[in-house]
Amino acid sequence: MSSTGTTPHVVVVGAGMVAHRFVESLLSRTDEQWRVTVVGEEPRHPYDRVGLTSFFAGASATDLELDPSPLADERVRFLRGTTVARIDREDAAVVTDRGEHIEYDRLVLATGSYAARLAVDGYDHDGCFVYRTLDDVERLERYVQERSTELGRPLVGTVIGGGLLGLEAAGALQGLGVECTVVQSSDRLMSAQLDLPAGDALRRLIEDRGIRVRTSAVTTRLDADRDRHVVGLELRDGAWERTDVVVFTVGVRPRDELARQAGLDVDPRGGIVIDDGCRTSDDRILAIGEVASFGAQCVGLVAPGYAMAEVAATRLLGQDAAFPGFDLSTKLKLSGVEVASFGDAFAETPGALDVVYADPIAGVYKKLVVSDDAKTLLGGILVGDASAYGSLRPLVGRALGGDPVAYLMPQDGVAAPTGDLPDDALVCSCNSVTAGTIRSAVHDEGCTDVAAVKACTKAGAACGSCVMTMKKIVGAELAKTGVALSNALCEHFSMSRRQLFDAVRVSGLQTFSGVIDRFGTGRGCDICKPALASILSTLTGRHVLDGENATLQDTNDHVMANLQKDGSYSVVPRIPGGEITPEGLLVIGQVAQDFGLYTKITGGQRIDMFGARLEQLPDIWRRLVDAGFESGHAYGKSLRTVKSCVGSTWCRYGVQDSVGMAVQLELRYRGLRSPHKIKLGVSGCARECAEARGKDVGVIATEAGWNMYVGGNGGFTPRHAVLLAEGLDDEGLLRAIDRFLMYYIFTADRLQRTAPWFEDLEGGIDELRRVIFDDSLGICDDLDAAMAHHLDAYEDEWKATLDDPEKLRRFASFVNAPTTPDPSLAYTAERGQPRPATTEEREAGGVLIAGTTLEVRR
Amino acid sequence: MTMVAHEADAPALPVGWAAICRVSDLEVERGRAALLGETQIALFLLHSGRVHAVQNLDPYSGAHVISRGIVGSRQDAPTVASPMYKQVFDLRTGVCLDTQGKEPHTLRVWPAAVQNGIVCIRQEQP
Ligand code: SRM
Ligand SMILES: Cc1cc2nc3c(=O)[nH]c(=O)nc-3n(C[C@H](O)[C@H](O)[C@H](O)COP(=O)(O)OP(=O)(O)OC[C@H]3O[C@@H](n4cnc5c(N)ncnc54)[C@H](O)[C@@H]3O)c2cc1C
Ligand code: SF4
Ligand code: FES
Repeated sequence: MSSTGTTPHVVVVGAGMVAHRFVESLLSRTDEQWRVTVVGEEPRHPYDRVGLTSFFAGASATDLELDPSPLADERVRFLRGTTVARIDREDAAVVTDRGEHIEYDRLVLATGSYAARLAVDGYDHDGCFVYRTLDDVERLERYVQERSTELGRPLVGTVIGGGLLGLEAAGALQGLGVECTVVQSSDRLMSAQLDLPAGDALRRLIEDRGIRVRTSAVTTRLDADRDRHVVGLELRDGAWERTDVVVFTVGVRPRDELARQAGLDVDPRGGIVIDDGCRTSDDRILAIGEVASFGAQCVGLVAPGYAMAEVAATRLLGQDAAFPGFDLSTKLKLSGVEVASFGDAFAETPGALDVVYADPIAGVYKKLVVSDDAKTLLGGILVGDASAYGSLRPLVGRALGGDPVAYLMPQDGVAAPTGDLPDDALVCSCNSVTAGTIRSAVHDEGCTDVAAVKACTKAGAACGSCVMTMKKIVGAELAKTGVALSNALCEHFSMSRRQLFDAVRVSGLQTFSGVIDRFGTGRGCDICKPALASILSTLTGRHVLDGENATLQDTNDHVMANLQKDGSYSVVPRIPGGEITPEGLLVIGQVAQDFGLYTKITGGQRIDMFGARLEQLPDIWRRLVDAGFESGHAYGKSLRTVKSCVGSTWCRYGVQDSVGMAVQLELRYRGLRSPHKIKLGVSGCARECAEARGKDVGVIATEAGWNMYVGGNGGFTPRHAVLLAEGLDDEGLLRAIDRFLMYYIFTADRLQRTAPWFEDLEGGIDELRRVIFDDSLGICDDLDAAMAHHLDAYEDEWKATLDDPEKLRRFASFVNAPTTPDPSLAYTAERGQPRPATTEEREAGGVLIAGTTLEVRR
Repeated sequence: MTMVAHEADAPALPVGWAAICRVSDLEVERGRAALLGETQIALFLLHSGRVHAVQNLDPYSGAHVISRGIVGSRQDAPTVASPMYKQVFDLRTGVCLDTQGKEPHTLRVWPAAVQNGIVCIRQEQP
């Protein structure tokens, strides 16, 4: 097979999604030493083009990157930012734009498509874009921002082309604050997938979402102003419409130019002709993905591309595999607009019957196409309610097993038939995963939730439309094995934190004993007790050390300080927004000096004092409280800090007072108990010096107001926060944060920070927006009331403790010697400050044993 | 150093027992450290009214912190979880019920009794 001897070499042209899958598949299935060279024109690592639109919802270029490991494999050479200029078939080599000759044993063309523009005058004015690559969307976003600043008003935009991609692009423009019209040349939206009544139903849904639609409208010219910025477009019927930005989504053209130049067979309508083994007219050259034409058709979907990648890899390994043909099923990924089309949607099979259910008022149109005996499902269209898509699509070509009408009824009418999907039914078409594979992931690989199955099988890891179906199968399968998906908190409570929260709320119980008697067993443990303490604190707003509930707290909360490795504690006064007066600094310095504490500036813009003994804590805090400081809650599962940057008061780039806002937020949410700690950040401009997008709630100032991001995390699994809302005023921002935090507190699991909570949230950011801004769950009043209660009930825990002799008793070092220091504590000095002595240092002697006050030797 | 003044009419303690504090100095289901001579012990008053005494030294961290752990139960065993690395010990025997993946260590336990509202610990093994 190889011309060079031992190590066969495959060259892949293009580094898109399909090329990536090909390399991954080839390497994962062979121990043979294939060498692979991948040449990609885009200067990036392969990324998730299907998820491109999530860029506008806050996904960064890095978030979109595909698994880095295949291209990092040592057998692979990856040339990014490099274009293959031609193929030299005689020498079996490709030549790059940098003049490098790369010889191949096999060549795989995965060059994809480019996005077409309309061939009309003015198509290349400034402000005219296509929608295909990360560069495209980055440029589009930048243009919209710059142009609207320049014009001093929101933009008006046009998407030319009303297919799947056009609607996605319109949603993205709308998200950027552009008032948007979709111009479609045919008589209906998504004409490749929908029949006329479905197209009409979709049109109403789109218009309800605030996007204008013009059908049967053909663009004839684009006009620009003197600076070549697009300003308007002319339609064939003579109408002229103002527009500040245009996105073309009029289809894609296969990038078959290399194949043409090399003399390979190319379809007259475009695309490199392949057989069912993905072979081109040259035995040594294969083509896969969007560039490949099979049965005189090129298809712009990733699932068939992935299938081709698998076939090509299998064939290269000398095994047999055949591409089965295209599955054209698709689902629109535009929030709030459910549309799906699958199988023989237009009922082209001879004798096919269709069954239609339409509810124009609810905006629902559903059609199933069945065989002439009404038994076999052939295809269908779902508009307005596509919830059945995941379960129906795998049934195409199979017996429906029931009256087709039942499947069309409103959602709660019938149980979805997913549990009984046959093993070979394809559940995830993006990644070709069958129901059987998912079941075996549960049985044989021990996966116990959707995330594990996703990691193990890749099902659900692309467009995500199959996740609900996966969830049902995983749940059903777990139930069968008896390993019912347990969400019990611990041995004492069979409920999850969320269920327990609701149980406590509804029952109105206020004590641990009351709750465990009624809902649990035994006397609790270090898992359920702090969880319940947090729940009771949210619901009753009482001091953490009040009554019996004080015993539920971990030592940190119990003594309101952080336990250190030697049993001493650290003390962190709140420094809201990181802003502190010189007088405040002096107080902290003096206290630290008087008590011999080690001081350090924390990563949270405040000062930590370490090495305080239990019995010293009240004395230290009395000094701090007298000087106006209060607890920083460094110990609590509660608000930690609101990080700020200096903002418009000093910084020459700042557009709003970020410190002022950070202080306001920190004072508002201080002491708020939650399932895990919460951190906020406020940046004064888009340079983001406060790293707000790494926080649970990030606030970034713009000229137009505050942009609010949620679900960020540093720590173990860093994650960027996602844009929830833009241009909020102060009041709107506070309300949105109030609701976001309370919704999280009401519903998250124990020790689940906002990032994983948000990741699990069904419906993602769009659903969250609906909950917070449209009150879709009808709970906003409860959330607001809970936050109002928190604001009313807030008191400084340390001040309250100092005023209460009963509470002070717990700071005795020994019950029979309340002020005697723990005799085991020993310190030594380092860089002029104390630190716990090591075992060796203790044994060698010469360490400082703690006295009532500890002087440090310098 | 001792907080408990021995009341004149209190019956004398049997040999080997030491009075430490009043039961009312303890908090239900929350530990307190105490000094038994030089040794640090951790006292726990349970919901049932029983008092347990174990060593205050946490064998897993080397810090004297067992008294500051969360009290609870594992099946029928009354327990304390070390506040440092969360190992769980049976208060009756000192046996570690959850080692968090570490080698097993057992806490020393002292017999404890309550007499006339005074918590007493037997210092020496008979
Ligand atoms: C003191 C400080 C380090 C420092 O010297 O700068 C610190 C110290 C501790 N961090 Fe932290 N973290 C500190 C800033 C951070 C930051 C940076 C920030 O807040 O901007 C992060 C990453 C941001 C984030 O949280 O998303 C951070 C992520 C963690 C995590 C990982 C959380 C996660 O979601 O993965 C833990 C572990 C946990 O909470 O379960 C942790 C836990 C801890 C604990 C509580 C560990 C422990 O149980 O003993 C440390 C004890 C604090 C103490 O004794 O006072 N610390 N920690 C910082 C205190 C900030 C403050 O003023 O309150
Ligand atoms: C916004 C958007 C949403 C989409 N949504 C969906 C969806 O929901 N479902 C779905 O199935 N599909 C969807 N698609 C389509 C899907 O993204 C494509 O079908 C898929 O990415 C095709 O992969 P590919 O690898 O064949 O081509 P591409 O991803 O286009 O990759 C080809 C790569 O080759 C490079 N290249 C080309 N010529 C050369 C050369 N001569 N030398 C070097 N490199 C070269 C290109 O720069 C490109 O990076 C969507 C597409 C977009 C743009
Ligand atoms: S990073 Fe680790 S060592 Fe450093 S403060 Fe945080 S928890 Fe402690
Ligand atoms: S169908 Fe797209 S990820 Fe499963």
